[in-house]
Formats: sequence, C-alpha cells, structure tokens
Amino acid sequence: MPTIPPSLYKSRPVYPGLSWIAGARRHLITADGEGALAVLELLNSADQETRNRAILLYTPGGSKQLGHGAKLAPLLPGACHEFPSIETLLFRLNVELTRANMSTRLYATGTEGFMGQVIALAQGHGVNPLSVKTEHRGSLARRVQCVHCKGFMDGVTTSIVACSHCGISLFVRDHYSRRLGAFQGVIVNAEVAEEIPAAEELYP
Amino acid sequence: MIHAHDIRVRVTAIEEVAPRTKRFRLQAVDSSHLPQFAGGAHITVALGDDDGALRNPYTLSGSPQDRVGYEITVLRAADSRGGSAFLHEQVVLGQEVSISAPINLFPINALGRRHVLLAGGIGITPFMPITEQLIDLSQKFELHYAMRSDGAAPYETLLRSRLGHRLHVYRSDLRERINLESLLEGQPLGTHLYVCGPERLIDGAINAGKALGWPGENIHFERFAGPPPGDPFEVRLAKSSKAIAVGQHQTLLEALERAGVEPPSLCRGGACGQCEIPVIKADGELLHYDHFLSEEARSSGRSIMTCVSRFKGRELVLDF
Repeated sequence: MPTIPPSLYKSRPVYPGLSWIAGARRHLITADGEGALAVLELLNSADQETRNRAILLYTPGGSKQLGHGAKLAPLLPGACHEFPSIETLLFRLNVELTRANMSTRLYATGTEGFMGQVIALAQGHGVNPLSVKTEHRGSLARRVQCVHCKGFMDGVTTSIVACSHCGISLFVRDHYSRRLGAFQGVIVNAEVAEEIPAAEELYP
Repeated sequence: MIHAHDIRVRVTAIEEVAPRTKRFRLQAVDSSHLPQFAGGAHITVALGDDDGALRNPYTLSGSPQDRVGYEITVLRAADSRGGSAFLHEQVVLGQEVSISAPINLFPINALGRRHVLLAGGIGITPFMPITEQLIDLSQKFELHYAMRSDGAAPYETLLRSRLGHRLHVYRSDLRERINLESLLEGQPLGTHLYVCGPERLIDGAINAGKALGWPGENIHFERFAGPPPGDPFEVRLAKSSKAIAVGQHQTLLEALERAGVEPPSLCRGGACGQCEIPVIKADGELLHYDHFLSEEARSSGRSIMTCVSRFKGRELVLDF
C-alpha cells in the first residue's frame, strides 16, 4: 500500500488514522475505494452500541470490482449507503451535515482527494478540519486545481500534467489548499512554454 | 520593571460596578489613540510603588470601538498577592501607570456559526467586548452568566438591555445552576463554546463537552488564577551568568524581568506557553502550576513556565 511521504509544507494535511471518538452520539463515516478496508477494521473494533450510532457513506471508485461494499453492509444494517460517485456522496453528506449537531462526529478515509473534499464541505458547516478523523488508503493520486483557469482535475498521478480545462502544462506542487481540498498546479515553464520537462509518475 | 514597548496611561475614571469590583478607565498620557483590540484581549499592568515589580494581566472589558481609553474591571481578590489590592486601595484618579499592548489569547472563532458564552462572576469581563462584537457581526450567540446573588457580579443590568433574551442569569443564592450537559446537548454543528470563570466552571464545561463528543477545537476557555505565592528561591541563568533571587510574592518571570534580562512572556497565566525556558539543572522540585505542559513534559523536568511555576530545593539553573 503506498504511503504519503512527509512534506516540507506545514499546510500539507496529515492523516493520523481512524479511531472511535468517545461520547459522540452519531458517527458519520465517509469512505472511497480502499478506505472501505479502514472502515472494516474500525467497525470490527466496535461494540454493538457504537455501531448502532454509525452511518456510512461509501463510494467504491477504482475499487469497484473488489466488492468492498458487500462486506460492509452486513455490519451496518440499514446505515450503509453506497454511491456511484464522489459527487453524489457529497450531495448526501451535505444533507447529513445540515441536520447534524455538535455530538455528530465525522470520519473520512480513502484517497486524499476524497478526504479533502469531505473536509472542505464540512468546513462550510463550521467543522474544524482537525476535528475530522482521517486515514489515507489506496492511491496517492492527487486532486489538482489549475491556478490559471481554476479548473479541477481528479486522480493526477504525475509530477507534470496538462490542464484538462485550459491545456497549460502544470507542475503539481506540494502546496495544498484546505479550502478547496486540492493541490495547486502552476505553469511548469513560464519563460519558454514549449519546453516542458518529462513528467514522472510520482503519485501512483 | 518598565518595558520598552509599554504604554504610559493615566487613570481617568474609577467606578465601583459591583461589591469589591472596580472599573478603571485608562487613557494615554500623550492623548494618542490606543492600539486596537478584539474581544477577549488582555493587557498587563505594571503594579506597585516599587517600580512595577509586579505585572498582572487584566482583560479589557470596554468597547473595541473605543480608541481613546481602555477599561479593566478588577475584583479585589481575598488572597491578593498585591495586584488587585494595589489597584483597589492605592490607585487614584489621575495616577499614571504602564501597560502592555493588548494580547488576545481568547478570541472569537470567526468561522464559528454559533457561539455559546459561559461566564462565572468576574469572568464576565472578556464577554463585554465580545458580545458587542458578535452583535456588530450579526452572529448567533447566547450568554450564560452565573453569579452568587443579585448585584453580586458586574454589568447584569447593562447586559440585560444589550442582549435581551440572549442573556441567561443563574443565581446560586436561589439554587440556580447551569446544567452544562443540557446546555451543550443538541447545539448545532459549528457551535463554539467559550468559558471564563472559576476552575470548576471551566472543568465542568470541558467535561460536559467531552461526554457529548464535542471536538476540543470548539471549546475555548480562559483561566485567570493568579500565580501562587511560595517560598523564596534562587535561580542561576547559565547564558547570562546571573544569580537572581525570587521573592515569596514574586513570580520567576517578574524576578527575571527585574534583573534586567528580557525573558519571553505573553499571557502571564500559565496558558499560552510563550514563557517556557529550558532547565539545565534542578536539584530539588519544580512546582509546575501552568496549564500548558503535558504530564510527560512536566515529569521530564526539561523546562519551566516562568510566569506561574516555582522551584523548591537547592539549585535551579536555567538555559537563558
């Protein structure tokens, strides 16, 4: 399993791992792809009372063929909801957060781009990013925003990528925006636009 | 010890606002505007006839809009080490004192969607500017104010007219108690809790929050316990090669300042961590009174918070 290397940037979030928050009346768990395995471990470590307070929003993403969702559903009867995409999951999460009170606690696990979007949405509801329990699972792929046209790209695995919106070749920086839940992509060679260094596969 | 960045102010009004509680208005000696502050900020005031050997923090209780004068509201403490006694009994109208610029360790969280304020007695002071600010910002909030009896704590009448139904008063002489769990239960997502008052109110609020699964990031508190007195002791500074005596009613920080070294400090209440100094040798016992160091850091004996903590033993050497 690929792990996130340490960063020089203080703004770069860290993902310490999932664990149950004592006292919470409702555990709102979100996961994409391989994050399902972290949720599985979490649920297996819980007593029935804790599980009764949990609700899971899951989208399989690139792990669809592995059928993780089927392993999770029996552990959370009636409270395991699977979504076809991150976007549809976030729509439901927004509804859940609107209804939530301070004893509802949020968990996010899976790819960094997914967790970033969950945290950014929760921030809009007044949730401090540090109070969300997180665990990275699966690909190191990054969600990137082009700083020039502001377009977003998901699943970027290379050091340099052509913006899918405006076409500029972008260097994927380690500079992360918590508000956007995305890394910043900046034109790779502003002096000589035609000279583009070879892209490396840094975020498999 | 007078600091280079101190502001020289004159006492332009003194008013008794509750039993044993006085409000002091301070205006710059040169009539200039004072630095702006936000609700929750405090200043330190150099006290005593003895060249300001004591420096105490006091919360600003006036309006953040008022650039001409600061106001502090001071309860005459029964076990005062000299600060509140000096202000109550020695300071007269027209007197000059030195103060620091405002420092804010208890600010309102600007991203909060709702604010629950909890005050006990004189702990109301930071909420005077804070409520004014929240009204200006059209923020949702409520203030819960616990006091001994009617008129025993300041500003109840003023707050009633300012806040209306957003003010909830609890009087212990009527056996009214804040039920912290029911106050915190069901508060909507994005709520922040702010507590200022006696230790048991603060601890009660923290525990109620924990029991309900509240994130620590949303619970803010200000403890204003003064530094405890203790036996005099001596400290040696390794870098500046000085030996300094710390008096019974003096803090280690004040003794260092008086000796002409400029140690770091900010809150003077053992909360912020700014005044931490590494300990080279402690042949005796470090008496940690701060709320900053972890249990592990305390027992390691590697550092001391000079604003409140003391030493008992033969020799203390600091890396300073």
